[in-house]
Amino acid sequence: MGLLTGLRKRLRFIYRLLLRKDKLKIGIYGPPNAGKTTLANRILRDWTGDIMGSPSEIPHETRRVKLREGVKIQVDGKTVTIDVVDTPGLATKIDFHDFLKYGMSEEEAKRRAKEATEGVIEAIKWLDDLDGILLVMDATEDPFTQVNVTIVGNIEARKLPLIIVANKIDLPNASPARIKSAFPQHQIVPVSALKGINIDSLYKAIAEKFG
Amino acid sequence: MGVQMNLISKERLSKMGSMEKIRMILDSVKEGKIVVLETGLTPEEEAKLIEQTMLEIDHENFIGIEVESYPYKEKSVFSRLFGKKQGRLTVIGPANRLKTLEKQEDLIKALIT
Repeated sequence: MGLLTGLRKRLRFIYRLLLRKDKLKIGIYGPPNAGKTTLANRILRDWTGDIMGSPSEIPHETRRVKLREGVKIQVDGKTVTIDVVDTPGLATKIDFHDFLKYGMSEEEAKRRAKEATEGVIEAIKWLDDLDGILLVMDATEDPFTQVNVTIVGNIEARKLPLIIVANKIDLPNASPARIKSAFPQHQIVPVSALKGINIDSLYKAIAEKFG
Repeated sequence: MGVQMNLISKERLSKMGSMEKIRMILDSVKEGKIVVLETGLTPEEEAKLIEQTMLEIDHENFIGIEVESYPYKEKSVFSRLFGKKQGRLTVIGPANRLKTLEKQEDLIKALIT
């Protein structure tokens, strides 16, 4: 009996060693200004007391992938350790004129636009190194954008576990139901990353989906 | 002055490699043309198209692309067996000329200027 138990334990260890990872790399994806960095900050603040970066109303504030390793999320006695990967917003176009509206000089706006294009490429390349995705959508916006369709298609093609975070539910015109009807095949968790509304449901979903 | 539209058939697309399609799309779009693909691109090809677009944005003449396609559907036996996603009708144009007005699961309204 003891021999069998020992063998089972050894097999379980080998299984974990070969097929499971101690910690999972979870990417936070979405279009610009969906609230990706705000969500990353919320997760880090809740579980490490730290933050990832400064969010901004100016699009493409995050222009480099940011990684925070070893974030332990505990839900109902279960612990999931994840590396949080905050990515630049994905877009099919970047016009430096859009940044001029925020009072930037032309030179500064062009530099930001160039960095933003590099950030989009980096975000796409990271898709190959991740174990799961939190796709952040602004619940006040139309979810049927090409960026959302392309990201969901790529996540499905790579067979990565996905949670769609319907963010900004604190705003009056938010409609997580619209996102649910656009992507009915995926789990949707409505939250306000800024206010922390329903954030425990997201942690529970992370533990269940990625744990 | 009119806008040229290139409508690419399923047969022609099936004979092209991924980079060949992307090159053809970007060359046409940078010349101000609208490209309509009967069967669209795979998700991986769309991601490559975005990457290549980002590399070619020059912040003066070319600011990127507007892409319009319906969400992917896994309908065929092939796609169910192998998980291969079939692209759907896709319209691609220069971001400064093609604008999305409304997009639903089975309806796209766009404006060409």
